[in-house]
Amino acid sequence: MTIYTRRRAKNATVLTLSIGATLFGIGWLALILGTLIWEALSGLSLSVFTEMTPPPGSAGGLLNPIVGSLIITILAVLVGTPLGMLAGTYMAEYGRYTHITTIVRFINDILLSAPSIVVGLFIYELLVRPMGHFSGFAGSMALAVIVIPVVVRTTEDMLLLVPRELREAASALGMPRARMIARVCYRAARAGLITGVLLAVARISGETAPLLFTALNNQFFSTDLNKPMASLPAVIFQFALSPYQEWQRLAWVGALLITVAVLALSIAARALASRKTS
Amino acid sequence: MTMIENSGPVTPPPIIGRAAPANAGNVALAEKVSVRGLNFYYGDNRALKNVNVPLYAGLVTAFIGPSGCGKSTLLRVLNRIYDLYPHQRAEGQVLLDNQDVLSTGQDLNLLRARVGMVFQKPTPFPMSIYENIAFGIRLYERLPKSDIDGRVESALRRAALWDEVKDKLSANGLSLSGGQQQRLCIARTVAVKPEVILLDEPCSALDPIATAKIEELIDELKSDYTIAIVTHNMQQAARVSDYTAFMFLGELVEFGPTTKIFTTPSERRTQDYITGRFG
Repeated sequence: MTIYTRRRAKNATVLTLSIGATLFGIGWLALILGTLIWEALSGLSLSVFTEMTPPPGSAGGLLNPIVGSLIITILAVLVGTPLGMLAGTYMAEYGRYTHITTIVRFINDILLSAPSIVVGLFIYELLVRPMGHFSGFAGSMALAVIVIPVVVRTTEDMLLLVPRELREAASALGMPRARMIARVCYRAARAGLITGVLLAVARISGETAPLLFTALNNQFFSTDLNKPMASLPAVIFQFALSPYQEWQRLAWVGALLITVAVLALSIAARALASRKTS
Repeated sequence: MTMIENSGPVTPPPIIGRAAPANAGNVALAEKVSVRGLNFYYGDNRALKNVNVPLYAGLVTAFIGPSGCGKSTLLRVLNRIYDLYPHQRAEGQVLLDNQDVLSTGQDLNLLRARVGMVFQKPTPFPMSIYENIAFGIRLYERLPKSDIDGRVESALRRAALWDEVKDKLSANGLSLSGGQQQRLCIARTVAVKPEVILLDEPCSALDPIATAKIEELIDELKSDYTIAIVTHNMQQAARVSDYTAFMFLGELVEFGPTTKIFTTPSERRTQDYITGRFG
């Protein structure tokens, strides 16, 4: 009976510690979200979506950084997704058993965890310096560099989950490999592939460091990819550090917008991933 | 056994444990596929040892033997599906209509269009029932939609699945039951009009009713196709095949008319296996 009692005591201890750790983690998350909503709600109004970022001391909105962020993010995904998908497809399908895939996977994992400020500096050297000025295009490219390893990884992982039997069945019909990949494997892995892209979007939508080196910021409304472009993270960075109350309030609102967008994407990704292939 | 499903007034009831192969005996048999001196390697592991066996045109040949004896491996050589994987290689000859399919010049996709295969696990593609079948047809033929509709229907009828799915052709193939999925896979294979059909333990994941349906189907299909079936189930081999090959540890121990293999095998090991003394 002593063994049993001791076991129960151990179980109770570990259970308490686990619950404590969980509450500790969730508590901070709740606190962060609570503060964010508390501070941002008072600044949230329609003018946030219709007016430009204001000069210090006057009211305004976040239209230019919202539009800028959308443009930069969409372009980054448009550039990064095909590259990442193709590389992931090579690794899972054509080059699954080759040495080069092992190397690429290793390097991709490094890139996946590379500090984003390094990516910013890299694009600065590669694009901003030769072009002679900051630009939305350079910002997009910096984010694309972050998108690629995420998409490579999820594409490879999801295609590796496609059962071997499905590939054999497709091949056994005399289906050429490219068609098998495009019509059978992609289809079987569709939910996972889309999830990967959504995760990549979530990952880049809060990135600030790479944008400061590349897209910089812009007080005015601009859709010209060849000019500096405003973005929510950069504006938050600038406004939050300023002494002006209106700017600080807008920074909170911007932070809330990003959080809600990322949350929505994560939920969408989860819903897609858990959904059975229809 | 009773007929599970009415497959038409002209179809004779399936003959179970038939007395003699349809045209075995003194009639000269045409070899659709001839395996000669075949060795197969998984890396350094030799899985098939100098195998020689024919598949006669229009007949069913069963491959039996304990797990790991090389039956599935042999089947996987005939359509070169093993080519998907590295470190697997075959030596020897596999003649399909007197052409060596192991030669390097062989176009694998064209070969597989001629030699269809059904796997142990049902593997419907993640698309509609209709598309599962139409997809394969469109690979090698450009047909108007009405013709494809007809081919899909006839393939599903041949696989005794039409009546169960005709009202839900646009439903996902994965929504079918296991036995239906396997018949869908057979329909898919039949639809591309191969000459040889390889069945790799097609009933091992199915219940007895679904198994009976598939066995009936094999009986019907053999008038048009040359069939090879790998099975763990000796009764099944006895029921569906005309010829039987017994394999053991990568060797082909004995090959002959099914009735002979199951009644008067010439090899001791065959006798031991079919009487259940080992394996």
